[in-house]
Amino acid sequence: MAELTYRDAVARGLAQEMARDPDVVMIGEDIGKAGGVFKATVGLYDQFGPQRVRDTPISEQAILGAAMGAAMTGLKPVAEIMFSDFIAVCFDYFANEFPKSRYMTNGQVKVPLVVRTGNGGSSRFGAQHSQSVENWCMMIPGLKVVAPSNPRDVVGLMAAAIRDPDPVVFFEHKSLYATKGEVPDGEIVDQLGVAKIVRPGADCTIVALALMVPRALAAAERLQSEHGINCEVIDVRSLVPLDTQTILGSISRTHRLFTVEENPRLCGWGAEIVSIAADECFYDLDGPPVRITTPHIPLPSADVLEDLAIPSVDRVTETVRKAMSA
Amino acid sequence: MAKAVKEEKAAVSTAGLSEELRLRMFRTLIELRETEQKAHDMFLQNLVKGTVHLSLGMEGIATGCATAMEPGDLTFCTYRGHAHTLARGVSMEKVLGELMGRDNGLLRGKGGSMHLTSVEHGVMGSYAIIGAHLPIACGAAWRAQYKGDGDVSVCFFGDGTTNIGAFHEALNFAAVWKLPVIFVCENNMYMEYTPISEVTAVENPAADRASAYGLEKIMGDGQDCDEVYRIAKTAFDKARSGGGPSLLEFKTYRFGGHSRADPAKYRPAGELDFWRDTRDPVKIYRKRLLDLGVAETVLASIETETRRKVDEAAEKCKAAPPPSADLLTTDVYADGGWAWRN
Amino acid sequence: MEVLMPQLGETVAEGTIKKWFKTVGDKIAPGDNLFEIETDKVSMEVPAISAGVLSEIRVAEGAVAPVGAVVAMIGDAVIGGDGAAAQPVASSGAAAAPSKAPQKNTEKPKTESSKAEAPKADAIVDAKKSGPLKLDPYREVRSPERNFGPAQLSNGITATPLARRLAGEGNVNLTNVRGSGPRGRIVAADVHIALQSSSGRAAAGVSTGPSLAQVKALYKNVAHEEVALDGMRKVIATRLVEASQSIPAFYLSLDVRMDRLMVLREEINAGASKDKDGNATVKLSINDFVVKALALALKRVPAANAVWAEDRILRFQQSDVGVAVAVEGGLLTPVVRNADTKSVLAISAEMKDLGARARVRKLKPEEYQGGSSAVSNLGMHGIRQFTAIINPPHATILAVGASERRPVEMAGGVGMGGAGRERPFMPAGLQFATVMTVTLTCDHRVVDGALGAELLGEFKKLMEAPSAMLI
Repeated sequence: MAELTYRDAVARGLAQEMARDPDVVMIGEDIGKAGGVFKATVGLYDQFGPQRVRDTPISEQAILGAAMGAAMTGLKPVAEIMFSDFIAVCFDYFANEFPKSRYMTNGQVKVPLVVRTGNGGSSRFGAQHSQSVENWCMMIPGLKVVAPSNPRDVVGLMAAAIRDPDPVVFFEHKSLYATKGEVPDGEIVDQLGVAKIVRPGADCTIVALALMVPRALAAAERLQSEHGINCEVIDVRSLVPLDTQTILGSISRTHRLFTVEENPRLCGWGAEIVSIAADECFYDLDGPPVRITTPHIPLPSADVLEDLAIPSVDRVTETVRKAMSA
Repeated sequence: MAKAVKEEKAAVSTAGLSEELRLRMFRTLIELRETEQKAHDMFLQNLVKGTVHLSLGMEGIATGCATAMEPGDLTFCTYRGHAHTLARGVSMEKVLGELMGRDNGLLRGKGGSMHLTSVEHGVMGSYAIIGAHLPIACGAAWRAQYKGDGDVSVCFFGDGTTNIGAFHEALNFAAVWKLPVIFVCENNMYMEYTPISEVTAVENPAADRASAYGLEKIMGDGQDCDEVYRIAKTAFDKARSGGGPSLLEFKTYRFGGHSRADPAKYRPAGELDFWRDTRDPVKIYRKRLLDLGVAETVLASIETETRRKVDEAAEKCKAAPPPSADLLTTDVYADGGWAWRN
Repeated sequence: MEVLMPQLGETVAEGTIKKWFKTVGDKIAPGDNLFEIETDKVSMEVPAISAGVLSEIRVAEGAVAPVGAVVAMIGDAVIGGDGAAAQPVASSGAAAAPSKAPQKNTEKPKTESSKAEAPKADAIVDAKKSGPLKLDPYREVRSPERNFGPAQLSNGITATPLARRLAGEGNVNLTNVRGSGPRGRIVAADVHIALQSSSGRAAAGVSTGPSLAQVKALYKNVAHEEVALDGMRKVIATRLVEASQSIPAFYLSLDVRMDRLMVLREEINAGASKDKDGNATVKLSINDFVVKALALALKRVPAANAVWAEDRILRFQQSDVGVAVAVEGGLLTPVVRNADTKSVLAISAEMKDLGARARVRKLKPEEYQGGSSAVSNLGMHGIRQFTAIINPPHATILAVGASERRPVEMAGGVGMGGAGRERPFMPAGLQFATVMTVTLTCDHRVVDGALGAELLGEFKKLMEAPSAMLI
């Protein structure tokens, strides 16, 4: 067992898979010699060499297109899009190329690639470098989407994503890179499509993702100690495939649903979960499902303003308390 | 042009090409022409739905390049990809079946005209988003380079593509990494409904950009199969031996509109007739073979047999059923299904 | 589909799994024994109630689990498998639905025990899910199969969906529940309180009494045949349990002197012409008269010609009378509409038709729904007297016994025979007469004692002076 930072866990997961399979290659801007702008790929260039960890020009479309061509013809590329906001620059590959090729070609073309990207705010990078855009990928049929919240899940889900034969978008959270967690030794391979109940409870279900998971947990602690409300917190981890069974099972026990989402309000990932719950769990709900999200605004740069936008522990606590006591 | 110069040009073009190769190219030309003409006619009979982007008049480039490719080489083309697909050996029946949305189609009706793909023939896809496949071809070439597989990726696109971002990213990328990829621009002078000259800062949309990426300016007559073959083969050999990418520009012309919906009224009067009468790659090559001593009967029998094969394929497709409903949700994911939840 | 640790006895809170009869990957059919459990009192085999594949065992042999804990999963395929089971069944959409949807609405273990067994954190990393869902492209989300009523009650109060379901399953009338939620909204806790305070009986679910497992445990070593419930049986079970639990019923009995009616009936039947096969064209039964008499009585006592409608009474002008008909495996109650206006002959003909069609289950819903009262006659089986259970929402039901010769005290005098002929002089004292005992069950919310007695009194008058029924 070792304590690793989230960013070291990224490198650890990549190294684990690259050591195992010579077809796993990496491509991205400044990922090789520089070890990544977030220092998430430090050491890999030295360990695996310039043929397997390749730096590119600033060409997001070329990066993803090349990853796809390589994946189609036998490699297992892991491409980096530095800031997830830049997904918009190369969106054609996410929307039209990766996810549709297998279907359109009646199963002939395979796209076993991973796109890793630095997602999320709270690091004061401003509106175009701080967005949470998992929902941009969740909505496209044919993609898979994961967003780990802790170092152990980073390793396990990275391995699962690389081994998955479908295109997987791996959202690393920029503000979690420095956080630490226990990671067991040895090979770790997790599963896509499995959510985790990170805090069992009885009074309500709080579903969260990535950075919002530690915030939800902190809020749950306060809700218990200050208000006697016993929350069950679920780390969704995987938006597609979605572990509805765990989430709906939880709701059938607690009868109340909250989501904590970093994305702006409209069409956030929680909207889909609330919709499924309102349908399948309608007769398990004892109150309206509540979404706690960033308001539907671009993110401001100043720290005080950004902290007002992204759901905070205070806001989560107060929102849940108020809804449960109504 | 003086006759002597013409002859010399022809001699240069055909230098090193065996009669067997030439006949192979002729057969390919005819197959492409007849199949594409059948697709044109079936559209008018409402057997082909949606739209199709025909290569009538542009067969020379597909023929010359495909003939110069080795069996393991990879083709990436655009939505105007019927000719490129057929030229790599995919059957007429499968191509026509796909255009008609039948179960016997190359993609069983899942992809349609714009996405013809046959991995077993090295046709790694026809791409509908302009420019998207240029970086993808780079990726396939990256793999060849990484694994030392020895194949090259050949990427076909139109003059309009040279103005989109992905074109420039891909060219730079391929040049910097010295990838075994060949970019082939089929300049038919029109970017959809607009003359290319009106929307491009340089005269030769691809060739005049080559130097921006440290590449040689290479141009050729797309209506001359032999010239295409020679230029393509040189570029392929260079890439195969580690010499890096090439950017080729072939001048050509499409006899039809951009798509079947386009009557192409934007062309100046007489232009179409000029190209159809004097710059038709089929007519040009037919005459060349006759000049080189190939018997008329040989050529005619190829033509007749091809027409028969096309008709036969068309009839098979007309009798084929539509794809069954359960194909709706197959092959979204690698497990063959589409489940996004448990 | 979750396999739960069952409740073996009232005081038992957990059980030990003694033995697994199946292993992961085995195909399971309903009724297959899955595992054996042992509590401090008893051990028993637990069968599967659904079909599928045993996809996961969560509590191993020798381990203890609390009642209500998930001990195993039965799914469509083994989890962690090669995903080959994921082929969708797109065209036969209906087939995909049933196995998944109802599980959310079927009885869950009591909330107290389910709170105790919430899964531990970190338990999820290993593959644990029951295989991929067989998605139907047009039904990617499984809407609940059953609707538990409107969000807003007739009194304007709202109830949460969960509260409605709990009330529906526990047979609680939401209009009698006080809501503690916002704006008086009824929440689950309010229904739980109502359930606990209602007659102290176990309130979960419509079916009361010992569970299947408990009963089967009692007869573990006695040979028996299991009879599944058909639709009719289920309806009988549900509605009559509901009736007997929710209706404040009381019973009024009296005896009817049948002599004059018997004579009248014999005369009418004897005088009937014969058809071409030699069968009588008219064959009135006692029950035909009973139906007519009750219908007329309801007209005469209109306050009793009514039904209970949750928070009010609906009173009718016409007399629609249901008649219980024994059919194989149960009974149906077709309704004779406007029985007060129909002749006894018409009623007889209608009853023959309805009865015949009831016996072959060919009645349309509109033929057995509605009515304000009903007649149940077991006289032909020799039953002297019985009480019937009201068919909600009726206010009354009349249970008719056999017509028997019984000793009665007669005043002396001249009796009347048929057709106005005088009978011989009968001395005072003990005589024999034909007597039939009828019992009227009344819903006290609609029909009080005196009103019920009045209705029964009119019935008796009509039966004892039957000429009034002929005009």
